[in-house]
Amino acid sequence: MAFHYALSADLGPERREAAHAPPLSSAIEVRGLWKVYSRQKGDALSPGIVENPEALEVLEKDRRAVVAVRDVAFSVEPGETFIVMGLSGSGKSTLIRCLMRLVEPTAGNIAVNGRNVTAMTPQELVRFRRTEVAMVFQHYGLLPHRTVLENASFGLKLRGEEAAARTDKAKEILSRVGLEGWGRAYPASLSGGMRQRVGIARALVMDSPILFMDEPFSGLDPLIRRELQDELIRLQRTLRKTIFFVTHDLSEALRLGDRMAVMRKGSIVQVGSPDDIIADPADDYVARFVQDEREQVARAERRMAERRAG
Amino acid sequence: MFPKTLEYHVAPAVNSFIDWLVVDHAVFFDAVSAGILSLLLKVNRFLIWLPWWSVLLAVALLGVYATRRPLAGLFLGLLLFPIGMFGLWPMAMETLSVVITAVFLALILGVPVGVLMAERRGASLVLRPLLDAMQTMPSFVYLIPAMMLFGLGKVPAVLATLIYALPPVIRLTELGLRQVPQAVEEAALAYGATRWQLLREVRIPLAMPSILAGVNQTTMMALAMVVVASMIGARGLGQEVLLAINRIDVGRGFEAGSSVVLLAIVIDRITQNLARRWEPPTR
Repeated sequence: MAFHYALSADLGPERREAAHAPPLSSAIEVRGLWKVYSRQKGDALSPGIVENPEALEVLEKDRRAVVAVRDVAFSVEPGETFIVMGLSGSGKSTLIRCLMRLVEPTAGNIAVNGRNVTAMTPQELVRFRRTEVAMVFQHYGLLPHRTVLENASFGLKLRGEEAAARTDKAKEILSRVGLEGWGRAYPASLSGGMRQRVGIARALVMDSPILFMDEPFSGLDPLIRRELQDELIRLQRTLRKTIFFVTHDLSEALRLGDRMAVMRKGSIVQVGSPDDIIADPADDYVARFVQDEREQVARAERRMAERRAG
Repeated sequence: MFPKTLEYHVAPAVNSFIDWLVVDHAVFFDAVSAGILSLLLKVNRFLIWLPWWSVLLAVALLGVYATRRPLAGLFLGLLLFPIGMFGLWPMAMETLSVVITAVFLALILGVPVGVLMAERRGASLVLRPLLDAMQTMPSFVYLIPAMMLFGLGKVPAVLATLIYALPPVIRLTELGLRQVPQAVEEAALAYGATRWQLLREVRIPLAMPSILAGVNQTTMMALAMVVVASMIGARGLGQEVLLAINRIDVGRGFEAGSSVVLLAIVIDRITQNLARRWEPPTR
């Protein structure tokens, strides 16, 4: 009895540690991630709240707390394009911000490239953001008082690189995203699609292995959106980056994604390849989500069958 | 009638407090006084040394640069001509030197305080009522503390002007920094900006139009105050106005008064258009 007790005490915690430590093969590894916002100011929420479901439920019912991300776990392999899809308010934007701690998670573990993001000090976090990841935003987030070239090389400047090297790299990338000769223009003179090309250039210049994209094409009209999706596919063919891509557009998810996760009210309800999710939705919510796509496929198949018959 | 028995004066206490302050901390007040005076005199000597036409020319060139319209710039330069014509040129330069000194000090103090208020909520909560009080107080009242601490003369005039003109630049610096779009700040943070980099590369440049609007306001307030400050010994155009009032000399008052107005118009147009030049390009 005593022996047994000693053995489990010895192995228990380390075993659990080992199980929690992400395998190095994953680019992004997330375990038990929570983000709970408190509605009232000064209503501090301790990380322990997530281990007390009853108390949390009461807080939610009283509208004193909002759970934006609820016990989320997933992993993304290197070179994979991983899509997170959900309606607005489903927590996907909060989730992507948690991954680089633009939003501080309430609880859980995040590892990126085998490095524990949740445990980073502010200095480590700055270094991490400068070298390991780069992000593209829905609303571009460009600096209006800087030229396209300066915007594209902004991350390099923050990283402390020489002006000449910055300009060279940014120019090269700008021509790769189809903005050659636009370096001296200001963001205000560009169309939405071109602004987002600058946003993409700014991310690619960093040469980081991981790309976060938060609904990058959602604000663009359908033709431009399609054009930029093609551009991303073309770039990705040579870059082979790990892309974490958030969208509410199913057809976009299908075009770009290797795998996708569907989010609802802060939880991930299904993870799988796009085809699997369309063929075999896990619940009503996902089914409704993919309904349009299924109908289109069905219609297309019917047409093909008719044509073959006729 | 208010009963005589309830009358109680704090004036003696205030006087003895000021006596104690000024005597016991004489070194400090002397140093401040000497510093301000030497700055003021340098500015004044330089302005007086400049030939009148070169001032007109400089204002015209600055006007052209600021407004981007050659005619408007030229007109601004010519607006200063009547001041010399009225024989008030040295007085105008004296007034201008008090304004320049006060605004210079206001910017050195005001911009960092504005940044502090935008960065720290606590500072904003503490300082905002103080700024409100400073702006509600009639300008005359500022003459009292300045006079109490530094007596009569140019230095208290600069100081009263400084205190009166300080709030706008602080407020507009804070406002400008708070108005920077969240999306731009977030993007900078995502690319690994430190707090200092965020301030220097993103927040201050984007707040610049607002900060410069504050500079414009502060300069205009300083010009208004410098006329009032002639009561405690600031020479210049204000003194001319004061003398004209005392002697009921309407014509002289008109000349001095309109000189102040001309100076105000020129300074306002130039600083306002300079602020506009700092706005991010829209095309």
